[in-house]
Amino acid sequence: MEKFSKLTGIAAPMQLVNIDTDMIIPKQFLKTIARTGLGKNLFDEMRYNLDGTEIADFVLNQPAYRHAEIIIAGDNFGCGSSREHAPWALLDFGIRCVISTSFADIFYNNCFKNGILPIVMPQEVVDVLMADAKKGANARQTIDLEAQTITTSDGKVFEFDVDAHRKHCLINGLDDIGLTLEKGSAIDSFEKKTAALRPWA
Amino acid sequence: MTARTLYDKIWDDHVVHQAEDGTCLLYIDRHLVHEVTSPQAFEGLRMTNRKVRAPEKTIAVPDHNVPTTLDRANAATMTEDSRIQVSALDTNAKEFGIHYYPVSDVRQGIVHIVGPEQGWTLPGMTVVCGDSHTATHGAFGSLAHGIGTSEVEHVLATQTLIQRKAKNFKVEITGSLRPGVTAKDITLSVIGATGTAGGTGYVIEYCGQAIRELSMEGRMTVCNMAIEGGARAGLIAPDEKTYAYCMGRPHAPKGAAWEAAVAYWKTLYSDDSAHWDKVITLKGEDIAPVVTWGTSPEDVLPITGVVPSPTDFTGGKVEAVQRSLDYMGLTPGMKLADIQIDTVFIGSCTNGRIEDLRAAAAILKGKKKKDGLRAMVVPGSGLVRAQAEEEGLAQIFIDAGFEWRLAGCSMCLAMNPDQLQPGERCAATSNRNFEGRQGRGGRTHLVSPGMAAAAAITGHLTDVREMM
Repeated sequence: MEKFSKLTGIAAPMQLVNIDTDMIIPKQFLKTIARTGLGKNLFDEMRYNLDGTEIADFVLNQPAYRHAEIIIAGDNFGCGSSREHAPWALLDFGIRCVISTSFADIFYNNCFKNGILPIVMPQEVVDVLMADAKKGANARQTIDLEAQTITTSDGKVFEFDVDAHRKHCLINGLDDIGLTLEKGSAIDSFEKKTAALRPWA
Repeated sequence: MTARTLYDKIWDDHVVHQAEDGTCLLYIDRHLVHEVTSPQAFEGLRMTNRKVRAPEKTIAVPDHNVPTTLDRANAATMTEDSRIQVSALDTNAKEFGIHYYPVSDVRQGIVHIVGPEQGWTLPGMTVVCGDSHTATHGAFGSLAHGIGTSEVEHVLATQTLIQRKAKNFKVEITGSLRPGVTAKDITLSVIGATGTAGGTGYVIEYCGQAIRELSMEGRMTVCNMAIEGGARAGLIAPDEKTYAYCMGRPHAPKGAAWEAAVAYWKTLYSDDSAHWDKVITLKGEDIAPVVTWGTSPEDVLPITGVVPSPTDFTGGKVEAVQRSLDYMGLTPGMKLADIQIDTVFIGSCTNGRIEDLRAAAAILKGKKKKDGLRAMVVPGSGLVRAQAEEEGLAQIFIDAGFEWRLAGCSMCLAMNPDQLQPGERCAATSNRNFEGRQGRGGRTHLVSPGMAAAAAITGHLTDVREMM
């Protein structure tokens, strides 16, 4: 997993609430057996006409946001399916951070497994970031995970919360499985204990 | 000991390790696997030379991509990329030695229908699957939730999941449901009341008389859509109905082990004085047959209602409703019962069980679908299909002009040949009315099986109570 420490980049405003994972990556692109290559189909049905041409007013098709690395989103971003193809598509496009008032649980988890930082902020802060993002490509925001701060293009600074374990993994690009396997003996003894208590399980 | 909820109890019994910051390693009793969200996980194991830690607790079945037409044994019915995914699952199941129900097996079906049917899902277990509708299994009083592919790989390799505990949310449905009102109407009405983010950060326990009165099939329908309300999982405490459903299933315990299991299951309830972080109560008798009008499961109203206006809403929802109405081709003020439909889909992990087919067949018996309308019934598993044939339900559907399909996810998510065309409008018993969910430009109205059957007869959304 790619490390995440500090990022300064273009933020794309996506004010719509309840942006679901079917919107982020429609089902016809879930038939891949790889994790990469989904960026071109990110937000496919919002981004392209049926004939494959771009829908000009969709935010990521606008010249200012074609290289966005941050999304400022409406409430409940990533709701719906558990498909990890959603963060894979975001990452493949180049998005490393999404900020919203809330995220769906599974999507939120999936982001951390892929080097994407989802940040939950109160409505009034998201409103400020959204307005800043709407200024376009020159309005770059800075996300500092170490310091846990977001800095707008005009220098306003907001602190954010992040789970300590997840922060550690993201900053160091750590593989969860490796860390868990180090607890192998705890898993062994749990299995031994439950084999006696709940043998049917 | 302090009073605990059902969720607290199951959680406590599965903690392998707790870190200082509260992050837990949770043991997973059952891992269900399907073809869409698993290939990258198995590939990850191969690349790191890891094995499946507990293959005897891991069950795989292809469902999302699989065609449901009677000719599906012919490989040409699948697209190349679908065929690759299904054959990757075949290979992975064999190579890693996990339980497998291939397409050719009569027990094949939607993973969330197969698990309970085969007795893999039992009360008090932790159950995960790379699919958000894993919430279904909560109907047994098991802690069940969807996970992403990285977590699928984590569970395959370690049989555990890194988790932080969610909060407790009690959803109580008092009293009894009125005739024509079903589990689907309960679960949609709850989402209508709480919103699709109302459950975020919580595990829901559904309780109250109306829930107790539901069959196991109905309880699975309720829990299935907990995720549409944003909850990590939905739970219903096990009772005599639960034990009766589990007893004798192929992978349920037998003899003395059964007795020991039931004794444990009887401890699985929320203590009277347990702490709830959030509570809502709905009266069972107030719940009506409902339909969705928009592109979020929270966009739900009784069938007697009218299409709302964006101005009825506030904040970000105003823009979302305007977008929904444009997408759905609806005008504010229009009666929901006047909405004409082109297609009826009965099936999915929400409503593809035998009781759902019985409810639809009861409305359709001796009647015909409206001319020109496309209608299909897709049983949730090969065994549901066989039982429906034995009970004469299949013939009722066929006589009514429905297509009688083989088991799979079908038109719920359109990853297979069953899809809506742009602008095509569908009354569906599935779980998501998102834009493009059933096919690009397709318009979905979520309903109960009885409501779907009623709509098939009249050609428009219809109050099932008028047909009873």
